[in-house]
Amino acid sequence: MSAVAIEPEAIRERSQSQRVWRAFTRNRAALVGLAMSVIITLMSLAAPWLSQHDPLRQQARYRLDPPSQEYILGRDDFGRDIWSRILYAGRISLLVGVGSVVIGSSIGALIGLLAGYIGGKTEEFLMRSVDVLMAFPSLLLGLTVLAVLGSGVFKMILAIGVVMAPAFARVTHGATLTLKRAEFVTAARTIGASQLRIVGRHVLPNIVGEIVVLASLWTASAIRIEASLSFIGLGVSPPTPTWGNMIRDGTQHLTNAPWLSVFPGLAILLTVLAFNLLGDGLRDVLDPYLQEE
Amino acid sequence: MCARLARSGARTSDRRTWTTCQVRHRVSPQAAAHSRMCRPWRSIGQVFGFSTGDLMFRYIVTRLLFSIPVLLAVLTIVFFVVRVLPGDPATAALGDYASREAVEALREQMGLNDPLIVQYVRFLGDLLRGDLGRSLINGLPVRDQIAYALPFTLQLTIVSVVIGIVLGIPLGVYTAIHRNRMPDYVGRVISLTGLSAPAFYLGILLILLFAIQLRIFPAIGAGDPDDLGSLLYHMALPALTLGLVMTASITRLARSAMLNVLRQDYVRTARAKGLSERIVLLRHALRSALVPIVSLTGVWAAGLVGDSVLTEVVFNRPGLGKMMVNAILQRDYTTLQSVMVIYAAFVVAINLLTDILYGVVDPRVQR
Repeated sequence: MSAVAIEPEAIRERSQSQRVWRAFTRNRAALVGLAMSVIITLMSLAAPWLSQHDPLRQQARYRLDPPSQEYILGRDDFGRDIWSRILYAGRISLLVGVGSVVIGSSIGALIGLLAGYIGGKTEEFLMRSVDVLMAFPSLLLGLTVLAVLGSGVFKMILAIGVVMAPAFARVTHGATLTLKRAEFVTAARTIGASQLRIVGRHVLPNIVGEIVVLASLWTASAIRIEASLSFIGLGVSPPTPTWGNMIRDGTQHLTNAPWLSVFPGLAILLTVLAFNLLGDGLRDVLDPYLQEE
Repeated sequence: MCARLARSGARTSDRRTWTTCQVRHRVSPQAAAHSRMCRPWRSIGQVFGFSTGDLMFRYIVTRLLFSIPVLLAVLTIVFFVVRVLPGDPATAALGDYASREAVEALREQMGLNDPLIVQYVRFLGDLLRGDLGRSLINGLPVRDQIAYALPFTLQLTIVSVVIGIVLGIPLGVYTAIHRNRMPDYVGRVISLTGLSAPAFYLGILLILLFAIQLRIFPAIGAGDPDDLGSLLYHMALPALTLGLVMTASITRLARSAMLNVLRQDYVRTARAKGLSERIVLLRHALRSALVPIVSLTGVWAAGLVGDSVLTEVVFNRPGLGKMMVNAILQRDYTTLQSVMVIYAAFVVAINLLTDILYGVVDPRVQR
């Protein structure tokens, strides 16, 4: 195909993404969400430069010290610096959040796409399995998978990925069913495009919007689930700090040292809020249903 | 190739395939309720066979029948998951220092040496007879423990749902009426914050404020089961925690349902014929908006299960969630298995109820 034939398409694509970008920048909540999540990510990546203290160094002499000039958020029951523990814990939370979404969305989207596209018995089987998995509340499913796998960061990522896969499968499946009947897909089939090309070139690009929205909302949920599992005591094992296990340790000192649990909780709250704002904003921008709201 | 595609294309119109996904995803809840917005009560009358009751009846029966294989599949998953959990139940029951003979004898007695399929059939049979086995840790019948814990969880859930509805609907309606003005922004930020805070963090903040600072309510325990006053007194903080989580989601739901209704022609008509704003909002708009809100509340209640587990852990309150977490931490497999079965059955039931309510709200779904 000559360059001339490609050009109109390129222009259309650019204007499409420009339209989305313009709508996105006009959405204040989405921008705030984006800014917050970028700042939080940068802060946890730059943890060594933002805190002078080792998150694991114990100083029993200073246990439960209240916030001070040098230790701005105080110290925990082993005398460790809470500020630097929060920063380092953020790395794990974000890793779990992003990692599980990558795993969950790939598995889920693949299942949904296959089910919707192949149809027949395969579809029936896949989507019924998804229904069954959806019957488990996400935290319980996470608990169960984690109980089987044992604790650890990567097992946690896998467990939460499994939890969210059904949600992605459903959305992809629904979208694929609609798209399969769309005129441009029929047209592509008529001119003899291969299955792979139809899926990759026509179906997938049209689902990406929905997947991105779901992905950012699920990043928020994943971070919350990770914190919850760690809080229950099934997450990443100590001494590695996570927001969840910091709060768990802090609950024993609520009366005399509330900062132990209040600050890590604030970190969870802000991070989850950031990704929720981002996801909501993206949905407003990308989802035609909610365009007006 | 083309024939196959044509066939799979034909399947797309298969109603069964469509309803589930159409209801759940392709059609937004508001849109699903949309068609019945004008006369929600008539369609509810249909459930009881006023007009097109036949179709409704068939729909309900289909949904009921469909939930049986789902439940069975869930039970199967629970069974196998518990079987692949690391560690041996017999060793867990006797402790790490038990003799090999004793462990082996207990394994035999518990039927753990039988083929998996035999164990599976026995598991289902026991469940049917309501026999949940004995706890590996304290040897008490699991059924009795669940009978003790379940009311606490149910009370907590019901009170929180009520709190959620009482706070959430007015807040949602208020923000919808003041759309894109200050109250709306404040309300949205508050509800999104509520959705973002994990239940256990909310619980801790409430403990800090009400139990430690103000000393109004107790932070832990569930009170005397025979004394209603004591029960409510101890439930205050946990119910508020879970209720606020619920409020956050209901507020969002109520807001978007209300916005959707306010756009309708009949609301404009009502205004045009000079009705007071109060009447328009309460009698014309809110009434219709309630339909999707009520039906979706079921979904949130199911989603609340995870948060209720966390709440019970934070407040150290007896209940199913606390039981389950303890069972996992102590590797008490029989208890874990039973609690998971109860939870799964509960969620399947709520999903079924929600599906049926959707059918009531939007008769198109029934087909």
